Amino acid sequence: MSGGNAKTLSKLVVVTLLMFGFGFALVPFYYKICEATGINSGAEQSLVKNTQVDTSRWVTLEFDANTNAGLPWQFKPLQNRLKVHPGQLVQVEYEVVNTSDQPVVGQAVPSYGPARAAAFFKKIECFCFTPQTLAAGERRRMPVLFVLDSAMDRDVHTVTLSYTFFDVGTKARVSGEQRGVPHG
Amino acid sequence: MTDAAHAHSHDDHSHGDHGHHAPPSGMMRWLTTTNHKDIGSLYLWFALIMLFTAGSMALLIRAELFQPGLQLTNPDFFNQLTTMHGLIMIFGVIMPAFSGFANWQIPLMLGAPDMAFPRMNNWAFWILPVAAILLMGSFLLPGGAVAGGWTMYPPLFIQGGISYDLTILAVHIMGLSSIMGSINIITTVLNMRAPGLTLMKMPLFCWTWLITAYLLIATMPVLAGAVTMLLTDRNFGTSFFNAAGGGDPVMFQHIFWFFAHPEVYILILPAFGIVSSIIPTFARKPLFGYASMVYATASIAILSFIVWAHHMFSVGMPAAAQLFFMFSTMLIAVPTGVKVFNWVATMWKGSMTFETPMLFAIAFVCLFTIGGFSGLVLAIAPVDIQLHDTYYVVAHFHYVLVSGALFSIFAGIYYWLPKWSGHMYDETLGKWHFWLSVIGMNIVFFPMHFLGLAGMPRRIPDYALQFTEFNQIATYGAFIFGFSQLIFLVVVLKAARGGVRATDRVWEGAEGLEWTLPSPAPYHTFETAPVVK
Repeated sequence: MSGGNAKTLSKLVVVTLLMFGFGFALVPFYYKICEATGINSGAEQSLVKNTQVDTSRWVTLEFDANTNAGLPWQFKPLQNRLKVHPGQLVQVEYEVVNTSDQPVVGQAVPSYGPARAAAFFKKIECFCFTPQTLAAGERRRMPVLFVLDSAMDRDVHTVTLSYTFFDVGTKARVSGEQRGVPHG
Repeated sequence: MTDAAHAHSHDDHSHGDHGHHAPPSGMMRWLTTTNHKDIGSLYLWFALIMLFTAGSMALLIRAELFQPGLQLTNPDFFNQLTTMHGLIMIFGVIMPAFSGFANWQIPLMLGAPDMAFPRMNNWAFWILPVAAILLMGSFLLPGGAVAGGWTMYPPLFIQGGISYDLTILAVHIMGLSSIMGSINIITTVLNMRAPGLTLMKMPLFCWTWLITAYLLIATMPVLAGAVTMLLTDRNFGTSFFNAAGGGDPVMFQHIFWFFAHPEVYILILPAFGIVSSIIPTFARKPLFGYASMVYATASIAILSFIVWAHHMFSVGMPAAAQLFFMFSTMLIAVPTGVKVFNWVATMWKGSMTFETPMLFAIAFVCLFTIGGFSGLVLAIAPVDIQLHDTYYVVAHFHYVLVSGALFSIFAGIYYWLPKWSGHMYDETLGKWHFWLSVIGMNIVFFPMHFLGLAGMPRRIPDYALQFTEFNQIATYGAFIFGFSQLIFLVVVLKAARGGVRATDRVWEGAEGLEWTLPSPAPYHTFETAPVVK
């Protein structure tokens, strides 16, 4: 009888140890399940949700690019039009090429149509913030990062953003952002 | 023939041996005992002391909640009280009490001379007071006892002071004790039954404990693993649950409830066994649907492994998982319903008498069913999200643990105490204890359903003014219920010291091997195995 008991004892001890290990095995198992079902992933949780996006309407953006006479540059947007929700973070790109054989400094100036949309066109990053210096024959892609404020009038369905590059020679014009900075 | 004669003379010899081995007297008898009856009594006395300890905490909680605002405690001490009340009631009262019943009754019911591993049995009990000292002693340490809830969720359980380490060690020790007890019970039931006593002839109490013991050895090690991870997160720089190091606190909840849902059946299956012994005795009819009772118990145990996440509907999971855990939880109502109907069918047209054990058993059937129904309500995922962590949950689990587990323990004590002590308990006092308990218990916990539905959160010492009346009613009930347990203490002490001598059978309708023994049951029983036809 006691031999039988010892056998049962050893079996039950093995079960106990296995279940102790099972507790730890649940750790990788948990992460596998999360991965397979796509829940609880760290990347998703760290995404900041923009709650300001007005998904109830679309606005068509048109992009236009010009160079002032005398500036030997080719300048064009990489996309002509885009449909966005107001409040959405948007990035677009422009391409510029210096076709002359010497370095040139240019400054882009934006204009908006209709003009009342200008106040709602919130740029976060733009090549128009600073003068751009292009070496001879240089080709460059330049981004604009902006949000169309969701407070913009609902009857505006299309906004045109137009940039014109002006030749500012070899000396940079002091841009709006740089005003107030003392020069040496 | 010669074999039989030899065996007989061997038996005589061993009887003679025992004559010289009177148990040592005083404290050493209890410290060194390997006798299943002594160890059973130790478990039960331990559980009784812990019942009054954790019960006093509950009364302090209810006294604080008598009025809104803070009267007697500060929020931190209040949280220590709720946490310790839960931990002690589960690990220090209900589980040791059921172990006490198992130690006393399983060898007597199976016709075995003792448990399979008597020395391990001694260890399984005597490490429990050590765990209790670690738990209770932490009240005296800087920062006080653990206040993070009995479920030990991180991040609170990673952030607390020294008492959190002590509690984790106490849980390790209590788990080890349960595992040793369970191994003992499984081995005894499988290997040491009297000749002729097949598994399907065993009293249902042995069946429910056998299945409970399997649940314990399957889940207690998982809890041990979970609290070990907490311990290493706290002290050794791991990050299993520490979000700052890339861990996931929600994972703890999954691992914890993988243990803790089977645990709630560990806390109720032995109760089913006790009630299934008592109702046939006082209905004077055999248990209705014995085989279906066995299969229902096993089904509940198996299902208990796949429902754990119904405790966590509000932490976020895919809709498909919510549906799975919701329906699998509801499925448990089927085998549980089988049991309830079988108890009712056992009583149907029986020649019933209503002694105290039977009163507690009937109260168990009625009130446990209420707790079961509120459990079904909580199983509905969208409802649970509304009721999660409210007093509705508190009402639910106190109906299953107080009027379920604890009432079955009272019923079992009244039922077997005459066999254990040799004296009848005081029936008048027993009835007073029953009626005050059952009325008090309902006054405490029934209003909590309404509080929960109205949105009162649990584990908070203050509440909005509109909850005052129901809280006051609950507090009155708590003091009726709490102080009526002193009657129980008097009844047990009186019966332990003397009283009307109990007959061998004790109850007219009692069936089973334990009733063939004299009352009180001698120190050594069934040294020659009885033969069951």
